[in-house]
Amino acid sequence: MTAKADLVESVLSGKRLALARLLTLIENNAPDGQAAMDRLFSHTGRAHLIGVTGSPGSGKSSLVNQIALALRNPKADQPARSVAIVAVDPSSPFTGGAVLGDRVRMRDLAGDQGIFIRSMASRGALGGLARATAGVVQALDAAGFDVVLVETVGAGQSEVDIARLAHTTLVIEAPGMGDDIQAIKAGILEIADVLVINKADHPGADSTLRALRAMLELGHPSHRAPSGSSTPLWIPPVLQTIATKAEGILEVVEAIDAHARHLRETGAWQLRDRSRLLAELEMLVQFELNAQWRAALPPEALASALESLENRQMSPYQAAKRLTSLQSEAVVH
Amino acid sequence: MTERKIRVLIAKPGLDGHDRGAKVIARALRDAGMEVIYTGLRQTPEMIAEAALQEDVDAVGISILSGAHMVLVPRILVLLRANGQDNVHIFVGGIIPERDAAKLTAAGVAAVYGPGTSTTQVVEDISRAVLQEIKP
Repeated sequence: MTAKADLVESVLSGKRLALARLLTLIENNAPDGQAAMDRLFSHTGRAHLIGVTGSPGSGKSSLVNQIALALRNPKADQPARSVAIVAVDPSSPFTGGAVLGDRVRMRDLAGDQGIFIRSMASRGALGGLARATAGVVQALDAAGFDVVLVETVGAGQSEVDIARLAHTTLVIEAPGMGDDIQAIKAGILEIADVLVINKADHPGADSTLRALRAMLELGHPSHRAPSGSSTPLWIPPVLQTIATKAEGILEVVEAIDAHARHLRETGAWQLRDRSRLLAELEMLVQFELNAQWRAALPPEALASALESLENRQMSPYQAAKRLTSLQSEAVVH
Repeated sequence: MTERKIRVLIAKPGLDGHDRGAKVIARALRDAGMEVIYTGLRQTPEMIAEAALQEDVDAVGISILSGAHMVLVPRILVLLRANGQDNVHIFVGGIIPERDAAKLTAAGVAAVYGPGTSTTQVVEDISRAVLQEIKP
């Protein structure tokens, strides 16, 4: 089909409808989308990928809106950067449907050709992103956007996939979201390259600031680096913002840029690129193996294994071993 | 392995602030397994067409209670077509006089729903229209 070639050309020449269609194909895991990405992948690797995560209601969408505005309207001596936004919201575990409402907070960005916003449903993935988010981000990168902002599902404590996808991860907190024990637990705070306390005009903002700073001094992974190491360490800054009043946004953008400079100067940019590609490769292989296994599974095998489990004749470990070895047996017999 | 979802934009153009109907429809479509992009109140036709394009939706639902439907809806239709989105299923909900509803459907709106419409009917209409679009 010549349409595929046209799609790639159109995306590279900045056609927005073609880009939107490509994102749909990638999201739907359609063969045409994969074929297009085969040709587009060499154009990726240029955008600064920025993740924005944090608990529901902490103000992620409002902050993304403000960051994008600041990147589009920089100080006089700096060039405006084009911005793509991928906003992920959860799918219903029961119906598979979703209401994607992040655009509600991004109305300031309407009418700007240097902005492209795409909403994504998580479609059953649990890490705070959708399975196809990596592919969608690559397509936007190939389409030439300088910055891709990825807003995760409202995250709790373990939705840390974004740190593997992004060069720079922002973790957004709001005042009053828990005591200082929350701040020393493992998980989402550990992945922050920049910590933002939004709603800084709400009561408790200062004690949240103190708790997070103390947490960073106490337990940031950088303190485990061998002493005498010559590589400069990145200590995540803790910033306060009021996204609804556009306060503190410039400082956030400066911190993001400082982090990008740090990554480039220390060589960590390549390291992150590498680990992102590895994570994606592993995920795709896992998915492919799973699909092959399911396709080759004898009919009734799953049901009969489940029945043995229900009757307590086998343990889940035994059943899993049995199901995964069935195919090799089938070849032997 | 292709996993296709029906994507619908629910838009509220114009100046009325009554978004309950839009939210009820958004919820019903979600419960029918669709992905609904909700854009919030007071959208211009330009904002709606832009969102429909970026989100590559199969259908656009326009909720209007202000009486400005004969100005806003045709403008949205023109913009969608100008963007190359000719096959999008467009439906309108609100208080629309029959006379106007006929004009809107003649202009390319697939369906106009008045008060009391069951959400099941809206879901069925969208599913049927989008499935027909995929088949050929």
